[in-house]
Amino acid sequence: MSDTHAEAAQLAFVRQEPIPPAPPPVAEAGIVKWLRDNLFSSVPNAILTLASLWAIWWLLSSSMPWVFNGVWDAGSLRECREILDGATGACWAVVRERWAQLVFGVTYPEEAYWRPATAFVLLFVALAPVLFPKAPRSLLPFTAVYPFLAYFLVWGGSVWVPVMAAAGFVVGYLVFQRLVAQSFAMGFFGAIAAALVFWWVAGFVTPTLTAIAPITLEAVESRNMGGFMLNLILGTVCVSLSLPIGIALALGRQSGMPVVKWICIVFIEFIRGVPLITLLFVANVVLAYFLPPNSTFDLILRVIIMITMFASAYIAEVVRGGLAALPKGQYEAASALGLDYPQAMRLIILPQALKISIPGIVNVAVGLFKDTTLVSVIAMFDLVGMIRGPILASTDWNGVYWELFGFAAALFFVVCYGISQYSQWLERQLQTDRR
Amino acid sequence: MVDVAPPETEGLAPADRSRMKVSDEVAIEISGMNKWFGQFHVLRDIDLTVYRGERIVICGPSGSGKSTLIRCINALEEHQRGQIVVDGTELSTNLRNIDTIRSDVGMVFQHFNLFPHLTILENCTLAPIWVRKIPKKEAEETAMHFLTKVKIPEQADKYPGQLSGGQQQRVAIARSLCMRPKIMLFDEPTSALDPEMIKEVLDTMIELAEEGMTMLVVTHEMGFARQVANRVIFMDQGQIVEQNEPEAFFGNPQNERTKLFLSQILGH
Repeated sequence: MSDTHAEAAQLAFVRQEPIPPAPPPVAEAGIVKWLRDNLFSSVPNAILTLASLWAIWWLLSSSMPWVFNGVWDAGSLRECREILDGATGACWAVVRERWAQLVFGVTYPEEAYWRPATAFVLLFVALAPVLFPKAPRSLLPFTAVYPFLAYFLVWGGSVWVPVMAAAGFVVGYLVFQRLVAQSFAMGFFGAIAAALVFWWVAGFVTPTLTAIAPITLEAVESRNMGGFMLNLILGTVCVSLSLPIGIALALGRQSGMPVVKWICIVFIEFIRGVPLITLLFVANVVLAYFLPPNSTFDLILRVIIMITMFASAYIAEVVRGGLAALPKGQYEAASALGLDYPQAMRLIILPQALKISIPGIVNVAVGLFKDTTLVSVIAMFDLVGMIRGPILASTDWNGVYWELFGFAAALFFVVCYGISQYSQWLERQLQTDRR
Repeated sequence: MVDVAPPETEGLAPADRSRMKVSDEVAIEISGMNKWFGQFHVLRDIDLTVYRGERIVICGPSGSGKSTLIRCINALEEHQRGQIVVDGTELSTNLRNIDTIRSDVGMVFQHFNLFPHLTILENCTLAPIWVRKIPKKEAEETAMHFLTKVKIPEQADKYPGQLSGGQQQRVAIARSLCMRPKIMLFDEPTSALDPEMIKEVLDTMIELAEEGMTMLVVTHEMGFARQVANRVIFMDQGQIVEQNEPEAFFGNPQNERTKLFLSQILGH
């Protein structure tokens, strides 16, 4: 009995003073702990670490001298080799000597280089309010004007052509505003009809306007476009067109109207089942058979249509995944509050579905941008076309493969990595469900 | 004869029945309504007249069609035969009619269905701004008024994901009230909640009833039914089996299936 009492007295415990926090032991903190946890946590792990370090060293030690010991000032590959005199080193001089060709192509007029360059700089101004919520909203009108301005800068010609094209959209929008109160379909088709009529009339008026007010830049034909500029034109135009078309296709595929639904399904499945290169050949060769003889249907326009169709089919499927991931309750809550279909889509469904779809959409966009190099196969001189054609075929630079393709890879990497980083930033911005 | 214990009303705020007035004006008139899901006859010959100011609790075993019934009232489900007249407007396939009715009939869902990409305040102002075309500032004032009423004005700038289930359901009620509805439908509003959160939602609903709101509530909270309802409807296999005032419904159920159901949910 007394034993148990004594034991109980020993077990009872009351803390009088709190224990002050102490720093962890050296082996459990800072860089030592990090090294131990991540690089040398076990014997196989340590072996892998050392092997990786050796592999990195080997790669850098064999490539860096070549990169940094490169020759920047030479007129041909032979001169490069003479300067290097047997030492390892890249012949970067080709990039320097052919820079203008790599960026603008062979036949773009030299005195007009400032025009696409200006368009490129202004592209960032136009994209800012669309991509960054914090950018000033007052830039949005400029974004709307930009496509027409960029066309005028790059292709030149009479200013009245892009002005009339823009005016057609304005006319369409005004008609839409007028008719949408009666029904959405009426506004939509009325707007298209009004814009088409306007453009048809504008076709007759534009030459007169040009004669009265000849505001023109030297016109540059599409076949004279080339280099990385061509990739950027195709990439930007096709991504910005295929996103809205893809969303429309995804919504159409979900539609309750059987005709709309089947048109969308057939389009998506057909385009996804055909290789892009086939579509490009169709654009290049086959379309010509269907067009009236001597008609000048711009080759770049044909390629843009094909790549846009291709990308929008993929984006449609990505967006459809996002739509399917939304709980049915979101649709029901939107309807129960009295929102109509366009409102429910614009305010409730699409913001959430697109947020889910961001990684997939960016995947398609990055892939599309790289796929623009495929146009080199149908005799267009984009960046890769320039390298494979005029530059490598020249007597001066025959054989400079590594430097040229390395340069092309670096250019594409910068753009694609930028897009990827932006999308990850955007996903973090839109994350509202964190607790 | 099954012995049925009266439902507990303990813990709920006492309801002031004197303020709940039923007028003889018809709010909802359902006659001869039938609905099928494919081959399955889910609602059969439903006749129901709801007067303005009534609080009707609909109960019944799962699959009895009670949720489908109230979802038909704001056309979330389409009925195939019969007539539903809400507030003088007949529910037809005319989209304009449906949108008008939906904006006048509030609905609260089992899983809240708040919009997760919008703040609490934006959830409440969205429909008034876009459907009722109310200026943003005014809509925000109304929203704050109702958020204060459901006792969570301080959460206005948070996102739904940051709130507890009970708080989310109260936001959902406030969101519906911001449209100034004439009728409120509740589809199992407390079924997805933890027990300690059920009370806060029920208290909000009791307050709403005291203000004379016409309410149709699908719920298994029999304490709430006893306190607030002026009519309890029991449904089974797509039919209205029994309806009565709560006293008589709980005290003296007539149909065998009603007795069995009540003994199952009250008799432990």
